[in-house]
Amino acid sequence: MRRVIIDPVTRIEGHAKISIFVDEAGQVVDARFHVTEFRGFEAFCRGRPFPEMPGLTARVCGICPVSHLLCSAKAGDGILGVRPPPTAVVLRRLMNLAQLIQSHALSFFHLSSPDFLLGFDSDPASRNLFGMIRANPELARAGIRLRQFGQRIIEHLGGRKVHPSWAVPGGVRSGLTPEAAADIREQLPEAQATTLIGIDLIKSYMDRHPEDIAVFGQFPSLYLGLVRPEDHGWEHHDGVLRIVDSSGAVIADDINPVDYSRHIGEAVEADSYLKSPFYKPLGYPAGMYRVGPLARLNICTGIGTEAADRELREFRQRAGGIANSAFLYHYARLIEILAAIEFIPRHLDDPQLTADRLRAEAGVNQLDAVGCSEAPRGTLFHDYSVDPHGLITRVNLIIATGQNNLAMNRTIAQIARHYIREVRTSVAIPEGFLNRVEHGIRCYDPCLSCSTHALGQMPLVVRFLGPDGEVIAEVRR
Amino acid sequence: MAAVKLATVWLGGCSGCHMSFLDMDEWLIELASRADLVYSPIADVKEFPPGVDICLVEGAVANEDNRHLARVLRERSRVVIAFGDCAVTGNVTALRNPLGVALEVLQLAYLRPHEEHARIPDDRTVVPVLLDRVMPLHAVVPVDYYLPGCPPPAERIRQLLSDLLDGRRPEQTADRISFG
Repeated sequence: MRRVIIDPVTRIEGHAKISIFVDEAGQVVDARFHVTEFRGFEAFCRGRPFPEMPGLTARVCGICPVSHLLCSAKAGDGILGVRPPPTAVVLRRLMNLAQLIQSHALSFFHLSSPDFLLGFDSDPASRNLFGMIRANPELARAGIRLRQFGQRIIEHLGGRKVHPSWAVPGGVRSGLTPEAAADIREQLPEAQATTLIGIDLIKSYMDRHPEDIAVFGQFPSLYLGLVRPEDHGWEHHDGVLRIVDSSGAVIADDINPVDYSRHIGEAVEADSYLKSPFYKPLGYPAGMYRVGPLARLNICTGIGTEAADRELREFRQRAGGIANSAFLYHYARLIEILAAIEFIPRHLDDPQLTADRLRAEAGVNQLDAVGCSEAPRGTLFHDYSVDPHGLITRVNLIIATGQNNLAMNRTIAQIARHYIREVRTSVAIPEGFLNRVEHGIRCYDPCLSCSTHALGQMPLVVRFLGPDGEVIAEVRR
Repeated sequence: MAAVKLATVWLGGCSGCHMSFLDMDEWLIELASRADLVYSPIADVKEFPPGVDICLVEGAVANEDNRHLARVLRERSRVVIAFGDCAVTGNVTALRNPLGVALEVLQLAYLRPHEEHARIPDDRTVVPVLLDRVMPLHAVVPVDYYLPGCPPPAERIRQLLSDLLDGRRPEQTADRISFG
């Protein structure tokens, strides 16, 4: 058994390696994704006052700090035992939509589009944002400005673009000025136009390369995410959890996110600091599920805005119902940007937007609380326990990216087996093939600084693999 | 004039400094006309190349891979910048230090009291060994400039890069050296 290692995996948001296992006959047997970063948030947050958690856990991740900020503030709402004032809810939702825009724009335009526009096999020295700026400056500028639009809304609300300590237990610190609201409105048409350019781009790419859809992570799995309680429509911040299978059948519905641990377990493997959550009733690893844009579009009854719903219909038509290919994450991401751009003016028109009351005040009323929100990459859970003084005694973070870990492993194995037919010591594997394997990871837009501080609070499965990768023993608790 | 060779490195941190780098927005287009991005998490070159002019280093030194890369980048770069509070002081990445040495921290994170068979990820072919203490960059290699902030605002990054590209000595005025 030989092992080909890609180190580091690039144009993803984190530190990782990939192993491709090859047998004596030169055939690819398996591929594994290794997350090599560890930071230990769940350990060092213990003993800290819970109101500090939103600002501190934002530092889990510079790409989606807002996700952690909002999710942590929601857990804080639970500890206080309050509902934030309606204005705070609208403002938090607005910031989450802005975050979705900037993060999805980054994934598509800054990180993944060089593969589509410059080519998987193009020169690796220029296959990046700077190469895009030179090859297609207008598109690069449009992508940069779309991400800037999302970041600017975050700055209008929170005072800074990265790590705003703005959401707090019980609400938010500050409101939105009329000037800022006007500024946001003014930029909406350009943002929408850029998104539509992106959508045309990915659709015409898919028309020309149907094999990419078939090879980049096309397999059945479960899908999990939040939906609106009233109509099971697309949701990004509040709502209930729903799980559907690869045929679209709903297998669990209307789950209160507070009860997540009854449905989700976590497993650890020796070769990655990233844990692998799974759907408990099906066990590990059969309970593989996917989260994020692909899952959110698969589980919802509809989005609830005109242009995004039109695009959702085409998405489902192209996928033949439920989208089971990870390549469609790119398309799903752009549809979600469109949805966000359509929802933003509704929030700006909301009469509650400018009310004075921004924060509910209370002391510690509950010792355990769970916050849940949709991060750009998928469903995020912050689960805290505090002592009567409000000092943290236990933290569990279920991070979006971890939930895609099993599917990411399967995706890269599928791509490696397809493109790398025979590995011989005398012939190097073409760089473009390895880049395709990496792109399998880029489809999921993983955020690995987020994903690597799991502290097992939940049932654990450990697999011991032999030198040839066979399972020697499996231990469950 | 030959294009300046620019590298950006991400050690133990959250990538927020790199996001702030991208928040320079359309100035990136001007930067691309003056500099080649020869190594970066947002580019595909896998080996840190020789002859780098300016290297921005985000994050603290937290594991053996980080330490090795820090030494390599120092050897191959003319100007090394500690980019953001984690590189400058250790910051949030170093918050694990008071919990104990690497093994103790890993035990806290991956092993719970009643799980005798739970395991710590230890496949040394791919998973790097954690250092016992997280260190700021200058504890491992000499640093030429400090760019503090969590993250440094985009404007602050732009000022420093402009100064270096134009051959000016960067000013360390109060508005450029605040933390957080």
